Amino acid sequence: MKNKLIELKDLTKNFDDQQVLRGINLDIYENEFLTLLGPSGCGKTTTLRIIAGFEEPSSGEVLFNGIEISKLPPYKREINTVFQKYALFPHLNVEDNIAFGLNLKKVDKSVIAQKVGRMLKMVGLEGFEKRDVTLLSGGQQQRVAIARALVNEPKVLLLDEPLGALDAKIRKNMQSELKKIQREVGITFIYVTHDQEEALSMSDTVVVMNNGEIQQIGSPTDIYNEPENRFVAGFIGESNIIEGHMLQDFLVEWDGFRFECVDKGFPENEEIEVVLRPEDLDIVSPDKAQITGKVISVTFKGVHYEILVETEYRTYMVHTTDYAEVGRKVGLSLGPEDIHVMWKMGAY
Amino acid sequence: MRKPKNGGVWMILPLYLFTIAFVAGPLIYVVALSFATANEGYGVTWSLTTANYTRILEPVYMKTFVQSFQLALTSTVLNCLIGYPFGYYMARLPDKQKKRAMIAIMLPFWVNSLIRLYGWIIILQKKGMLNHVLQSLHLIDKPLKILYSYPAVVIGMIYVLLPFMVLSVYSSAEKLDWSLIEAARDLGASGTKAFWTVTFRLTMPGLLSGIILTFIPSMGLFFIADILGGNKIVLVGSLIQEQMTRGSNWPFAAALAVILLVMTTLMIALYRKLTNAKKLEGMGWE
Amino acid sequence: MGMSRVKKNPRFAGFYLGLMFFIMYLPIAVVVVFSFNESKLPVAFTGFSTIWYEKLFQNDAMLEALVNSLILGCLSTFISAVIGTMGAVGLSKIRWRSKGAMEYLSILPLMIPEIILGMVLMAFFYMLGLPFGMLTLLIGHTIFCVPYILMEVKARLSGMDPALEEAARDLGATSFRAFLDITLPLCMPAVLSGSLLAFAMSMDDVVITIFINGPRVSTLPVKVYTQIKTGVTPEINALCTIMLGVTLLVLGASALVKRINKTGENADEKQAH
Repeated sequence: MKNKLIELKDLTKNFDDQQVLRGINLDIYENEFLTLLGPSGCGKTTTLRIIAGFEEPSSGEVLFNGIEISKLPPYKREINTVFQKYALFPHLNVEDNIAFGLNLKKVDKSVIAQKVGRMLKMVGLEGFEKRDVTLLSGGQQQRVAIARALVNEPKVLLLDEPLGALDAKIRKNMQSELKKIQREVGITFIYVTHDQEEALSMSDTVVVMNNGEIQQIGSPTDIYNEPENRFVAGFIGESNIIEGHMLQDFLVEWDGFRFECVDKGFPENEEIEVVLRPEDLDIVSPDKAQITGKVISVTFKGVHYEILVETEYRTYMVHTTDYAEVGRKVGLSLGPEDIHVMWKMGAY
Repeated sequence: MRKPKNGGVWMILPLYLFTIAFVAGPLIYVVALSFATANEGYGVTWSLTTANYTRILEPVYMKTFVQSFQLALTSTVLNCLIGYPFGYYMARLPDKQKKRAMIAIMLPFWVNSLIRLYGWIIILQKKGMLNHVLQSLHLIDKPLKILYSYPAVVIGMIYVLLPFMVLSVYSSAEKLDWSLIEAARDLGASGTKAFWTVTFRLTMPGLLSGIILTFIPSMGLFFIADILGGNKIVLVGSLIQEQMTRGSNWPFAAALAVILLVMTTLMIALYRKLTNAKKLEGMGWE
Repeated sequence: MGMSRVKKNPRFAGFYLGLMFFIMYLPIAVVVVFSFNESKLPVAFTGFSTIWYEKLFQNDAMLEALVNSLILGCLSTFISAVIGTMGAVGLSKIRWRSKGAMEYLSILPLMIPEIILGMVLMAFFYMLGLPFGMLTLLIGHTIFCVPYILMEVKARLSGMDPALEEAARDLGATSFRAFLDITLPLCMPAVLSGSLLAFAMSMDDVVITIFINGPRVSTLPVKVYTQIKTGVTPEINALCTIMLGVTLLVLGASALVKRINKTGENADEKQAH
C-alpha cells in the first residue's frame, strides 16, 4: 500500500447557520488521482478549499504527512491550486504568471527562467513566455494555470472544476492531457467535478459526495458497478432503481419475479433496492424472458437507442444497439451479474 | 461565503477611524449642540434645552423656512417641467447622439458652479447681455431688473440643479422597454394614453429621485441666493451661515441643520420605500 | 406600426434639446468670450485682448489662493486615496456586522447638503480647538474626497475575481504580498480615476471651505466667490476661463483612465469565458 499523504478526520464546516460539511473522513494517498464528485452544494469545493487553506474547518483535523495543518495559511502549505476560472493575473504575462510563486521565494532568475521553460514545454506552450494571458484561448489559459501551480513543485495539486469553462471538444483533450501530466509529475491530484463521466474516466479513486457527506469511496469501476446506495446509483450514470426484497443470499425478488444474483450478506427478506444499468438490459422476444412489456418510446442517442419498455409494474430504460419499434411486445433479459443490490437509503 | 481574514482588519482601520472621528463624530456633536444653550456673545452652555427648536417656530424664522420651501418647491416644479422632457427625449435619441448628449450634460456638472452662475450675472445684470439684446430688438424700453431678484435666484437654482433631474429621468427612461409602449398601443391605447399609463408610470422612479436630488439642495444652496439674489432672499442655508458667522448662535444653527438633515433622511427613506431602490437613480458618477 | 415609429422623437424634441443645451452652455461661453474682450463692460465684444489675463497674473492674492488650492487638492486627494483604497479592499474582506453601517456612513458626506457638512465641521473643529486654516481644510476636503475613491475602487473590486488573490496566496504570498502584487495593481486605474474626481471636487469646493478656512487662508473658489459678490470684472472672467481649462484637462485625463479601466475589465471578462 502507498503512503497516506492527507487525512481528513471528522471534518465539519458551518457557514452561518448552514452546515455544509457533516463529518468528512477521507485518506488521500501519494501519487493518487482522486476526484471529489457530487452535485453543486454537496460540499466538494468546501472540502477542497479546506485542504488548500482558504477555509478553516469548524471542527475536525486535516493531517498532512501526519501533521495537523488546518490552521496553517495557504502560503505555508506544499499544496497548489488550479482555480475554476484559472485566476490568471491579468496584469502579468505568461512567464510572470508562472514565475509568481518562484519570485516570492526569491529563487535565482536563471533558475526561474529554466523552470518556467520546462513547465511551458510540459503543457505544450513553448514560446508563449511573453504573451498577454488575457488574449489566450480558454484551453491555453488552463495550461498556464496548471504550469503556474506545478512549477512550485507541490506535493498535491488541487483542481477545482478546471475544465468547466471549456467547450466539449477541448475538454476531452484536456482530460487525457491532465492524466498524462499527473503521471509525468507523479504527485497527488485532487480533482473536483460534478461531471460523472469526467470523474470516471480520469480518476484512480472517486469520492461521491452529497449533502456534506461522503456517499461512497471507490475505484471508478466499483462506483459504477456496485453503487452503495440510491444516490450514487442515480448520480453515476442512468439506471433503473427498483425496490425489492432479498429473499436469501443470491436470490432477489421484485414485482413478483425472482432472480438469481451475485449479492449476499443481507438479512432475509430485507427490503433493498436493485440497480439495473440500462446497457445491461437486453431486448429479446417476449417468450424468452420473465419480464415482458411494450415499447413506448425509442430515441436514437448517437451510438445506441434509448428504449423505454412499459411493463405491468413499471417502466424500464434500455440502452441497446438493436432497434425495436414503438408498440412492439418485447421481453427484457438480464443475468445475475447485471443485478446490483444496494441497501435502502436511510436504512443505516 | 468566505471567512473574514485578518488582512482585512488593518486595511479597514484607517477608514473606520477616520469615518467615526470626522463623519459620525461631528454629526453627533451637532445634534448635541442643537440642545445646548447659546451664551451672550460667544460659546455655549451645556444646559439641555429644546429652545433652539421651538425658536424655529418664531414667525421670523418660520418665514425663512416657508420662503425656502416655496423657492425649493418652485424650482423643483420647474425643474420637473423642464427636466422631464429633456431627459425623456434624450433617452429616445439614436445611440450615437445619446452618447454625445450624455457628455454634453455631464460636462457642466464638473464646471465650478460659481463660474456658471457668474455667467448668469453677466447675462442678467442691468447693463448685461439680455437687456442689451432685448433693447436692440426694441422689445423693451427700460432695462429689466432681473438680477438680485427672486426670478434670478429661481433661474440660478434651476440652472445648477437641472442636470440632476435630467440624468435621473434619463437613466430610468433609458431602461424602459419600448416594446411595452407598443404593446399598449397594440391593445388600443392612444399615444397620450400610452404615455400616461405606461411610460410615465415606469419613469416615475427617475422623476422621484430627480425631485429629491433637486429639492433638498435647493433648501441649502445659500450661495445662489447670495450671488443672484443680493441680500433679499434669505434661505435656511443663508440663515445657518449667518447664525454661524455674524449671529454666532451656534446651537440655533445646529438645530436648523438637524431639521434639514432629518428632512433629507426622510425624503431619501421615502424614496426608497416608494421605489424599493437601494440608491438614487442617476447619481452621476456611478 | 413598427419600433421606429414608437421610438421616434417628435419633431420639436430636437429643437427643445438644442435650445436647452444652448441655454446650458450660454453662461459658460459668455464667461470665456468676455475674458478676451477689450472693453471692461461685458455687453458687446469690442475687440480681442489678453489684458485681463495679464492683470490677473499680477494679482498676488489670487496666485496665493491658487497655490493653496493646489496644495490642498493634492494633499487631500493623496490622503483620501490611501484611506479610500485600503478601506474598499478591507470592506470587501470583512464580514462584520458594522460593515453596512460603515459603508453608509463613509459615503454620507456626498449625500448630505454641503452647507450642513460645512457648519457641522466648523462647530466640531472649534470644539476640538483646531485652529482654522490649512489643517482643518485638509481634514474637511478629505472627508468629501474619500467617498469618490471608495466608490470607484469598490466598483472595480466587485468586478474582480476573488480567486485572483487566493491564487496569489496559494502560490506563496502572504495576504499583504497578495494585496501589493495583485489587488493593488489591478485596482490602480480605479484609484487614479477616483483620485482625479476627488481632486476636481476639492478644487471646486466653496461651501464647505468658507466654513472652515479661517480668516487668513483662502482658496481659489472662495476668492472667486467673494469677488463675484462685489461685482463683475473681466479679471474674474479670465480666472474662470483658466479654471475651466484646468477642469477640462482633469476630466480628459479621467476619461482616459476610465478607458484604460474599461479595457482591463474587458480582459477580465474575456478570461472568464
